[in-house]
Amino acid sequence: MTGYFLYAFIYLVAAVIAVPIAKRLGLGSVLGYLIAGLVIGPIFGLVGDETVAIQHFAEFGVVMMLFLVGLELEPRSLWAMKSKLIGLGGLQLGLTTALITGAAIGLNQPFGISLTIGLIFALSSTAIVLQTLQEKGLQKTEGGKSAFSVLLFQDIAVIPMLAFIPLLAIPELIAAGSTQGGDTGSHDNFNLVEGLAPWASGLVIIGSVALLTVGAHYLSRPLFKYVAASGLREIFTATALMLIIGIAALMGLVGLSPALGAFLAGVILANSEFRHELEANIEPFKGLLLGLFFITVGAGINFSVLSENPMLIAGLTVAVMVVKAFVLFVIALIFKIKGTNKWLFTLSLAQAGEFGFVLLSFASQNYVLPSDIISVLSLVVAISMFLTPGLFILFDKAIIPRYKNATSQRADDEIDEKGTVVIAGIGRFGQIINRLLVANDVNTVVLDIRSEQIDLIRRIGTKAYFGDASKPDILHTAGAHESALLVIAIDDRETAAEMVKYAKHAYPNVKVLARAFDRGHGYRLRQLGADYVVSETYHSALEMGAEALRSLNIHPFLVERQKMAYKNIESQQNDVLYHAWADDASGERVDNNYLKLFIELESLIENALKADLHDKHSRMRGWTPPPKGYADKLAPDEKPVEKTN
Amino acid sequence: MTDENTIADAIESTKNSKKVLVLFAHPAQTRSEVNVPLFHEAQLNKHVTAVDLYAEYPDFNIDIEREQQRLIDHDVIIFLFPLYWYSTPSILKEWQDLVLEYGFAYGHEGTALKDKLFLCALSAGGKEEAYQTDGFNHYTIKQLLQPLEQMAQITHMTYIAPFALFGSRTAQEEARVHEHRGKWTTLLNKLTTHTLDLEKAKRVENLADLCNSKGE
Repeated sequence: MTGYFLYAFIYLVAAVIAVPIAKRLGLGSVLGYLIAGLVIGPIFGLVGDETVAIQHFAEFGVVMMLFLVGLELEPRSLWAMKSKLIGLGGLQLGLTTALITGAAIGLNQPFGISLTIGLIFALSSTAIVLQTLQEKGLQKTEGGKSAFSVLLFQDIAVIPMLAFIPLLAIPELIAAGSTQGGDTGSHDNFNLVEGLAPWASGLVIIGSVALLTVGAHYLSRPLFKYVAASGLREIFTATALMLIIGIAALMGLVGLSPALGAFLAGVILANSEFRHELEANIEPFKGLLLGLFFITVGAGINFSVLSENPMLIAGLTVAVMVVKAFVLFVIALIFKIKGTNKWLFTLSLAQAGEFGFVLLSFASQNYVLPSDIISVLSLVVAISMFLTPGLFILFDKAIIPRYKNATSQRADDEIDEKGTVVIAGIGRFGQIINRLLVANDVNTVVLDIRSEQIDLIRRIGTKAYFGDASKPDILHTAGAHESALLVIAIDDRETAAEMVKYAKHAYPNVKVLARAFDRGHGYRLRQLGADYVVSETYHSALEMGAEALRSLNIHPFLVERQKMAYKNIESQQNDVLYHAWADDASGERVDNNYLKLFIELESLIENALKADLHDKHSRMRGWTPPPKGYADKLAPDEKPVEKTN
Repeated sequence: MTDENTIADAIESTKNSKKVLVLFAHPAQTRSEVNVPLFHEAQLNKHVTAVDLYAEYPDFNIDIEREQQRLIDHDVIIFLFPLYWYSTPSILKEWQDLVLEYGFAYGHEGTALKDKLFLCALSAGGKEEAYQTDGFNHYTIKQLLQPLEQMAQITHMTYIAPFALFGSRTAQEEARVHEHRGKWTTLLNKLTTHTLDLEKAKRVENLADLCNSKGE
């Protein structure tokens, strides 16, 4: 037990030290993790063989990541991607496999081995690329989307590869393997389809995918609702984890990729009102596991193999990356991906990926590749992944500046795009705000903690999500960091105040509009940094007062003017009152000075309104006729012509 | 040393230049094809204060104090608007009603606007030949704007001919906006540098005829 703690501590220390430094130096977190792994593994030898076991465990981070990616993609947008997916992905995989296979044959490798190598190197690293794209906010760009299409296609393609590679087994290796009596056959002891006839296993696979789809679509909602009603946050987390681990297990049982299953489940749940809550719960696990995975990649670099033939490995790594980049560049040209996006697409995918490790160990178990080749290839995969953050830095430092001038001229086109608005609380107040925004084609993300409320709102066609908006991670997954505005309309004084404080601290560039309960609460929100505060009763009470005056036969336009006058004085004096309130540090927030000023405000409003009513030159000016007899005082040439009666 | 010179030049040019206030009124700016470009052009000139009245007072609750101060701070006042029913959009009328108070702009002691220059810059949907005494609209644009001319007179301002674009609904399709914008730039430059021939500007029917389209 103590041993585990010790290892866990070493991994965590390395990550805690290396990642913030790497991030600060602009290298990105992935490179930080890789370096941390390198330091604790091959350099200081603090960790050893268990890295391989940990890596298998940490690969689960990739499963979670694809679940999260799926959550971001609605089925409709996935369908819209289909031509890109097959076109870009298929072309990339086909061309890269062909070129690398050809090169391996050129290096006197037999065809079977060459093809396996080609397939392994055709894959790129979903983990590194998606993580980095997200970190740099590039996932929504043309290049980022294209890269994602290719990665998704590769992840799907891994499944047939796993079926295909055993067919390339080398007879001599099998013979050698069976004489040693090592563990032959399957890598996984739990496999439902292994002993079955092909048609039966096909049925089982189709059945389980159907089960997954139907289950995620119909059963998850009642389950989440039931769990949400309990109000226990950790049980919701447990439910989310249960879902993903369950999917991974099911997919494993029928021999499909867990990552793909999780992705599918994510896509199905993308429309669910629990999407943001799920994201917020899974995100930290995914981050940690992926980090762990990157550390193991760094720790797994075998220096002894590297020092034996450094030139060979360096040469192979460079060759693989150049070939991959070349293929991507050509595809970018074919598909007319332009400018920085072309380079992002080319550079981001030019490495081998974590599925390369999976295929390598699979190929070794199935006697497809000899062990000396495997150790060299593992290093090439690892080093190419290691170099990827460098390519992103190259993109940042060398490519983007070159295109900067070109893009700044086109900036005008994008002005029209309004940002999204996050609305926290969709009760009687938030609903009106949301309706007005949506009617003006503004994208809104609505959050509320009451799942029955969300149900109601979704029924009338609003995109609403269950989630506690006062929780930082929920705000983040709802996209607060990318939004233009945050509207806080939640029904709790304290929570609203805390939210304003947190939001202004975490997202200083996002404008915060907050609903206050009364004057004191409003001042508090203003003090905490809210950009605009309005008391929930102010305007409606003013309207009601105006209606009362109109009912008393006071001229409607005069009533309107009196209302304006009220608003003007209120807004002028509001500042004065606020400062008086803020100056007083006592807990009650109401001292004599404030009270005095408040009474002053009352009398100011009264005087102003009365003056106007009695035709005096008041503070509220306007439509005031000149004094009686003024025309006589005008200079003769300016004197208006007298009317002849 | 160049720095000092440029600063000195800047101070000198600010001292000599006239300050221009453009009061822009357009109630449907998403559909504007002429006035909004002119307004943006005005915003680019550092001697021009360009005010979007409908944006500042969407509820017509005009801040009289502030508007009067603006008038005091500038030498040239321009109303920029699309012609609506042979007059300004309603907010400019509201602005007149509220801001040009007795005792400020007119009346016994109302001399705050004395000797300032006033003009209208407008777009009209009808063709130029429609705005003739024998045309479809029976009056020239100068005649139609006489209430504003008299407003300028009673407030002791100097009134010059309007800067008008006719046939504005098809100006974009006929690629006339660019040329008009150039003339507008020229006009603003002439006003700020005090190089407009005022006598001529009072006489002509349309100020646009006095300005070349190169934006000099």
